[in-house]
Amino acid sequence: MAEAGLTLEGVVILRDGRTLVEISDHVAPGDVLTVMGPSGSGKSTLLSYVIGTLDPGFAAQGRVRLNGRDITDLAPEARHVGILFQDELLFPHLSVGDNLAFGLRATVRGRAERARRTAAALEDIGLGGYGDRDPDTLSGGQKARVALMRMLLSGPKALLLDEPFSRLDAERRDKIRELVFAQARAKGLPVLLVTHDHADAKAAGGRVHLLE
Amino acid sequence: MAATCETQSVRAVWSVRARVLPWAPVLTLGIMLGPVVAGVLGTLGPAFGYMPALGGDEVGLDAFAMLFAWPGLVPASVLSVTTGLAATALSLLLVSVICAAWSGSAVFRMIERLLSPLLSVPHAAAAFGLAFLIAPSGWIARATSPWLTGWDRPPDVLILQDQLGLSLTAGLIVKEVPFLLLMTLAAMSQIRTAQARDTAVALGYAPVTAWFKTVFPRVYAQIRLPVYAVLAFSMTVVDVSLILGPTTPPTLAVQILRWMNDPDLNLRFLASAAAVWQLGLVIGALLLWRICEIGVAGLGRRWVASGARGGATRTVRALSLAAALLSAGAILFGILGLFVWSFAGFWSFPDLLPDGFSTRTWMRHAMSLWPVVTETVVIAASATLVALLLTLACLEAEERHGLRPGARALWLLYVPLIVPQIAFLTGLQTLAIFADLDGNRMAVIAVHIIFVLPYVFLSLADPFRAWDARYGHVARALGASCDGVLWRVRLPMLLRPILTAAAVGFAVSIGQFLPTLLAGAGRVQTLTTEAVALASGGDRRVIAVYALSQTALALLPFALALLVPAVVWRNRRGLRHG
Repeated sequence: MAEAGLTLEGVVILRDGRTLVEISDHVAPGDVLTVMGPSGSGKSTLLSYVIGTLDPGFAAQGRVRLNGRDITDLAPEARHVGILFQDELLFPHLSVGDNLAFGLRATVRGRAERARRTAAALEDIGLGGYGDRDPDTLSGGQKARVALMRMLLSGPKALLLDEPFSRLDAERRDKIRELVFAQARAKGLPVLLVTHDHADAKAAGGRVHLLE
Repeated sequence: MAATCETQSVRAVWSVRARVLPWAPVLTLGIMLGPVVAGVLGTLGPAFGYMPALGGDEVGLDAFAMLFAWPGLVPASVLSVTTGLAATALSLLLVSVICAAWSGSAVFRMIERLLSPLLSVPHAAAAFGLAFLIAPSGWIARATSPWLTGWDRPPDVLILQDQLGLSLTAGLIVKEVPFLLLMTLAAMSQIRTAQARDTAVALGYAPVTAWFKTVFPRVYAQIRLPVYAVLAFSMTVVDVSLILGPTTPPTLAVQILRWMNDPDLNLRFLASAAAVWQLGLVIGALLLWRICEIGVAGLGRRWVASGARGGATRTVRALSLAAALLSAGAILFGILGLFVWSFAGFWSFPDLLPDGFSTRTWMRHAMSLWPVVTETVVIAASATLVALLLTLACLEAEERHGLRPGARALWLLYVPLIVPQIAFLTGLQTLAIFADLDGNRMAVIAVHIIFVLPYVFLSLADPFRAWDARYGHVARALGASCDGVLWRVRLPMLLRPILTAAAVGFAVSIGQFLPTLLAGAGRVQTLTTEAVALASGGDRRVIAVYALSQTALALLPFALALLVPAVVWRNRRGLRHG
């Protein structure tokens, strides 16, 4: 039986022949693995390798398995790995509701059903009725919640976080962090968090992997 | 994203496009440069006596012997070199002094706002406008007569089409200044210019000196190709020369066109030899310019090492602003002059305004104007659409397949702008005639694409590449394919720069005179060919109607490029600026 969770198997990422990242680890469903390191240590590069958007300037070895399935050679859209960046990256040309609909899997059919699902998702994050809003008019915390929900609606099987809380002020940061980890635990998603903030690592509660 | 889109190509559905897209740059270069190369060969052949279709199968120098026997050769060649060098040097000087004296100020932002409309005014319309200002019976003479000049009739002096090519040079400068300024702004946005200048100012340098010592060398390195394009263009321009240049003899480029259009087909050998001579002159002038660059750089290094702090900031500011206003004013008042003339009733000298205004000229020419407008729009829209699709395909291929273009690719883009039109279009027409490909709309569109493409590409490449790739990563993690990212995220977000690039391409096509005339064999009539053809007739009201229509058509897409995103994204604050 394949092991549930996210497995990094002998992953090595090189730039110009120099080893940037070296990691072998397993994240069980609902657990968090925190990767810490100074800027330039290749934290974000590791995440882009896992989601499949590694820049061709890098070379990589090793395998990535998700619930036992080898996803290393799959296209990013076929991996079912969700990611949140430091910036929310809400699509500025789409309304808040359409941003959520972009994430919602196409298997949810019918205009009415899709609209119902995005409206319900907005209620869940305390933004009921915000569907027609311009994402640029939201506050930082609201944007972060929309970005999280957009990602969750795409039905990810693992969650990658690229310093997603560092842009928020201290009070919101705790709330959003709680929300993200609670959602991940509730849905049984393995979480890979990269950060340079020790408070993030502490709140995540899981193991910490240090990069040089 | 490069590698990630290729992993998808294993899927059968995707494989066709995956195989075609990487070829987009090659296809684009072929469409753009193929005709240039063929045209140069088609010019070289007859120049050396080889054109079997006209019985020329003996290679020799007869055509050059004819050319050197033409008494106008020396004055025409001198004129080409002097007007070209003067227009380029003065335009560059004005642009750099303006940037040195004013960049970062409120005045500079005002100048930046004026830039787009000034750029989009076609060369021919700007030249007509200038002619209407400086002619002996023009607005300047009217405004100063008789109280200052004592004239109660237009004076009998040769201001327009003077032998020294001064009015021609002025006409070139007013159009090249906005172009070089745009290129300089683009270069400056890539360098932290304010920081460098402020550092030098803190060391006690006067602002203008600080800019020339710390910013100019780096900016010039980036605008070198546009400067070369300006030099080659100014030496060989035809439409502006027909309006503002001397007539006996005319500039070399104009004379080549006359020989090309002569019913005596044997003159084509002469025309080709002259075109080769013109190409040689341009290459010689470019070499001379390059040598001067090295010389100026050496002097500049000594000047920098001298530690001279400079001064006279106020004087330079005042003079450069006056020159910039004069240059911009020449176009703006010129267009206003065209406007007044097109509605003018009886208008005697030295009255500043006509006795009355009427729509008579417009009414009388509406019927003949309409099909020409349609033809112009069809040609410009087709050429722009093709150029836009090719550009987007190139940029997307660059992204998906990691085809990073080097500095050499940029040179290729400038080839159609630096090789003089007269040098390769002459040969291209010769080839087209015998392949029976000339004289129709398709030929004109194909030739316009050669000149529209570089501008569309240059205009779109930076914003396309500057797009935050993480939007694409997020979209793909959410389940969108490479194509999905392109159509659903990237292109909508880039709506404004795409429309701006299209407007630039459209304006470039509208302005083309020689390509339209030669590829269309005189049978395809656009507003530009019609307006320039009217120049010799001298009916100012009709000229004004055509030149204004040409200007309006070139400006309209720029207005749409501002308006459409503003309406479509009216509720999207994140896309309102940028």
